[in-house]
Amino acid sequence: MKVSGYRKRLSPLFYLLPALVIIIAFRLLPILYSFFVSFFEWKLKRGAFVGLGQYKTLLHDPIFWKSLLNTAYFVLGTVPTSLLLSLFFAVLLNQRIRAMGAYRTTFFLPVITSLVAVSMVWKWIYHPRLGLANFLLGLIGIKPLGWLNEPTGIFKLTANSIGLSIPNWLGGPSLALVAIIIMSVWKGLGYNIVLFLAGLQNIPKQLYEAARIDGAGPFRSFRRITWPLLSPTTFYVLLMTTIVSFQVFTQIYLMTGPPVGGPQGTTKVIVYYLFEKGFDAGFDRGYASAIALVLFSIILSLTLLQRKLVERKVHYG
Amino acid sequence: MDRGQWSKIPIHLSLIIGGVAAITPFLWMVSTSLKLPPEALKFPPSLLPHLPQWANYLEAWREAPFARYFLNTIFVSSSVVCSVLFTSALAAFAFSWLEFKGREALFVGFLSMMMVPMVVYLVPSYIILYKLKWLDTYWALIIPWGANVFSIFLLRQHFKTIPRDLYDAAIIDGCSPFGFLWRVVLPLSKAVLVTVALFSLIGSWNSFMWPLVVTNSDKMRVIQVGLANFSQESGTRWTLLMAASTFCVAPLLLVFFFAQKKIISSFARSGLKE
Repeated sequence: MKVSGYRKRLSPLFYLLPALVIIIAFRLLPILYSFFVSFFEWKLKRGAFVGLGQYKTLLHDPIFWKSLLNTAYFVLGTVPTSLLLSLFFAVLLNQRIRAMGAYRTTFFLPVITSLVAVSMVWKWIYHPRLGLANFLLGLIGIKPLGWLNEPTGIFKLTANSIGLSIPNWLGGPSLALVAIIIMSVWKGLGYNIVLFLAGLQNIPKQLYEAARIDGAGPFRSFRRITWPLLSPTTFYVLLMTTIVSFQVFTQIYLMTGPPVGGPQGTTKVIVYYLFEKGFDAGFDRGYASAIALVLFSIILSLTLLQRKLVERKVHYG
Repeated sequence: MDRGQWSKIPIHLSLIIGGVAAITPFLWMVSTSLKLPPEALKFPPSLLPHLPQWANYLEAWREAPFARYFLNTIFVSSSVVCSVLFTSALAAFAFSWLEFKGREALFVGFLSMMMVPMVVYLVPSYIILYKLKWLDTYWALIIPWGANVFSIFLLRQHFKTIPRDLYDAAIIDGCSPFGFLWRVVLPLSKAVLVTVALFSLIGSWNSFMWPLVVTNSDKMRVIQVGLANFSQESGTRWTLLMAASTFCVAPLLLVFFFAQKKIISSFARSGLKE
């Protein structure tokens, strides 16, 4: 009796053990450990305890701020564009049209292909002399652009093209970063479309019938029915796209430069800076950990802020 | 077509524009991969290769140890999938069917791990792997990804829908809890298990930053890192790089074409909050 009671208490542990060991060893422990590492001078090996020294250095590191700004540009360029485009296509796909499955599959192709391979392809598309992008622009009478080689901000480029001149600090993200943004929206769009489509299909059809009988047009029923009832999905898509965009790395690493982050550092983003400091050049694990934790706290606080701002307006159910 | 279909022409037009934009880069990749080098360097470009150069694929394949990269990826991905299925099924069973103290608290703790981005634990994981002497081994590529909270969550949601009566009946018939999991729960959960397997497969096959950081020798490279490395060596030989990119995405695209409904609905479900 005693033995079986003992076994009964232990047995859940056996079921949990494999997952528990991995998650503790490679998730929980590293997270706690990264705080520890960030408090030390830690090049290849642990050095002197510096307390908040790494964070102080970080605050006065112009490259850190620059890469934070570039990341913010990337997020602000990617998230709203992806959200609007995917909502647009999802609403179209939801209109009981023929070949809906074929369209959906096509939109989804970029999602499951590897970011490495599509980075190669887009780098080739953006080739300043031979690329498809400049060829297509040429067809509609636009002069070839430098794309990934162009450090000038797009606001400045636009202003220049109509003969205005604006200061550099108002120039906006470089065309190179915008090229990465376009490619990233393309890559993630299908996933967001599929999420929106699932949300749209959960809205009862009778509501639209009733609205139509009451004389509401498509725009009115979108604003009054679709938008409010879709808000949990919209919120989720907004949150996930933001979190993923903050961590952009592969496209930057493979498409920009040399040196990576170029031209003139206008595509250097925060995760690449972390990688460069921690692995590629500096082997500075302490500094890299500090960057990682700052990034984490930004993502976490944005998540909480979005939740607070949006959740009041979200209709569940 | 009736009038209803005619009125949908603008919708189809927009969708076709979007679809063409989605697929053009892939067509361009394949088209370039079949050109002769001088033809690829022509501007304005020819849309289709003058004479398809299938030999480009062979040449690209021989330029780098792609066979090794593929074997590494297949080995790592299938190990990750098996490991995830094993660890998640057991843990999800404990979280849904076994009673123990602190079950809900532990589950919430697990869920909070899901929020943490990979870059946060990358640096310390590297140090831990270094101390374990696992850097540049298969262990470093497999074990840290051998369990994940999202899969446990998905399976638990499904396990909870299985009626309690089945459990009681099985126990009365002398079935152990593990026998119940193996003979009743798992066969009833095939669809979710496939979803979990597909997610892990796609994630593992496409992962780049982790293998880039934790391996450094050529013989441990997975396909994504191998392709990235090849792009640096191939320089301006775009036809070879596009051929290599094509055969690197081909296996997963093949899986996608056979299981597209399943894959798309799995991704769609990943967004539903319970």
